[in-house]
Amino acid sequence: MVFDIKKIRADFPILKRKVNGYNFVYLDNAATSQKPIQVIDSISDYYKNYNSNIHRGVHSVSQEATDAYEGARIKIQNHFNVKKSHEIILTSGTTHSINLVANGFLEILDEKDEIIISGLEHHSNIVPWQMMAARNGVKIKIIPIDENGDLNLNIYDSLLNSKTKLVFVNHVSNALGTVNPIKEIINKAHNVGAAVLVDGAQASAHFKPDLQELDVDFYTTSAHKLCGPTGIGMLYGKEKWLQKMPPYQGGGEMISEVTFEKTTYAELPHKFEAGTPNISGAIAFGVAIDYLNELGLENIHKYESSLLDYATEKLKSITNLKIYGESENKTSVISFNIEGIHAYDIGTLLDKFGVAVRTGQHCAQPIMDHFGISGTVRASLAFYNTKEEIDILFSSLKRAISMLS
Amino acid sequence: MKINEIQAEIVDEFSLFEDWMEKYEYMIELGKSIQLIDTKNKIDANLIKGCQSKLWLFAELKNGRIFYSADSEAIITKGIAAILLRVFSNQTPSDILNSEFKYIDEIGLKEHLSPTRANGLVSMIKQMKYYAIAYSNK
Repeated sequence: MVFDIKKIRADFPILKRKVNGYNFVYLDNAATSQKPIQVIDSISDYYKNYNSNIHRGVHSVSQEATDAYEGARIKIQNHFNVKKSHEIILTSGTTHSINLVANGFLEILDEKDEIIISGLEHHSNIVPWQMMAARNGVKIKIIPIDENGDLNLNIYDSLLNSKTKLVFVNHVSNALGTVNPIKEIINKAHNVGAAVLVDGAQASAHFKPDLQELDVDFYTTSAHKLCGPTGIGMLYGKEKWLQKMPPYQGGGEMISEVTFEKTTYAELPHKFEAGTPNISGAIAFGVAIDYLNELGLENIHKYESSLLDYATEKLKSITNLKIYGESENKTSVISFNIEGIHAYDIGTLLDKFGVAVRTGQHCAQPIMDHFGISGTVRASLAFYNTKEEIDILFSSLKRAISMLS
Repeated sequence: MKINEIQAEIVDEFSLFEDWMEKYEYMIELGKSIQLIDTKNKIDANLIKGCQSKLWLFAELKNGRIFYSADSEAIITKGIAAILLRVFSNQTPSDILNSEFKYIDEIGLKEHLSPTRANGLVSMIKQMKYYAIAYSNK
């Protein structure tokens, strides 16, 4: 397939706007992706034409909404190659998913058990486990990273033992873009009988994991990272785990029978979907997945890789620019600093030129501590970005540096 | 000079700039020339919370007037801090407490002083006022 970038960009209304008088160059895709018109329209279509509460309605429109909502679950199931649709729990996003699992393991684990967290984690995959550990006494161990931003797997090997019950790792690091060898990490964890949760928030916009092939126990992502809306995401869990874990929130939808003495919980997936869910969000999530599949994740990955190479080479020609995270295996993220200039100043001036990047710690303070820096400038590219936009980043960056030097 | 007069003077100066770039170049210059905080006061206790770049603020009372000093890792933040220092430093606690920093809109600094912005300058103004409260009883 030819990657028709002009046609693709026409699908994203926001890319036409100006910022501070300049063409908007959006390079903060790791924070959230922009949305194609198909996704945006699906939300208004739902509210205009078939808004109703789902699952319990006797009327036609409620059934239409239910079908669309459950249809989205099937799309997610197929996209990630999951065996059973009820292994897909619709959540508000990755943070919600991780908290749901942490809560589920609260009573399963105790102070004799150990869990392992990768040193590349986002705060959302650190804090819930610390909160859990504070309550059940589980011991947390960390897999450190090396100079390139890769996890040190030799140390990982030495941390694994029969007490290890859970391993948490992100598929792709949000701060550096490193793609972690999750297949290897999962296999090794399974060898000692530990379960693995993979945070796929930064991965799913770039490639399509086959969850059965990976044999992962839990996998989670947020729709807004892959062209879907905010406030919706998914948690995949192997059926055996989801059945073992207690519900996270109580409410409607998640029950099968309620008396004041006792409540019987609903079957999966509803046991974990208390209350009226984000119906329009789930539907739009499904549309976003369709959109990406139409372009083809492999095509997307290929295009982004060539864009990343182009950008890396250009930026490296700037004197005193240091890139953090130079793993052989990384997504289209460039985290960098200019010697003697604070990331915040660069970000502020780039914004004045209409270029949106992220600056700071990227919710990954331990990684910044590892490199001994207070933060970086992060340019994260998506398939709708162009070489021309990289050129604008480059020239704006040069001007910003000359203003600040 | 009174706080409002200083603000008016700053607005006048900024009106000479033709575009945002000149304005920022000026702020960067200000950042380089700021009355730096004494090393002994550049301590964690004087850090303003909520900044992406570290921002220190210190204040002392001399002859009934408050003298502020500040520093930041980021030069633009430092430049804006320099403007705040120029407005509020060498004033009495009651003048500081009764003043409004209302010219911001006119010089286009509002974006830096939004409470949701990650540079902590709103917290800096708040902290300056806290110092004024603390010193007004002395």
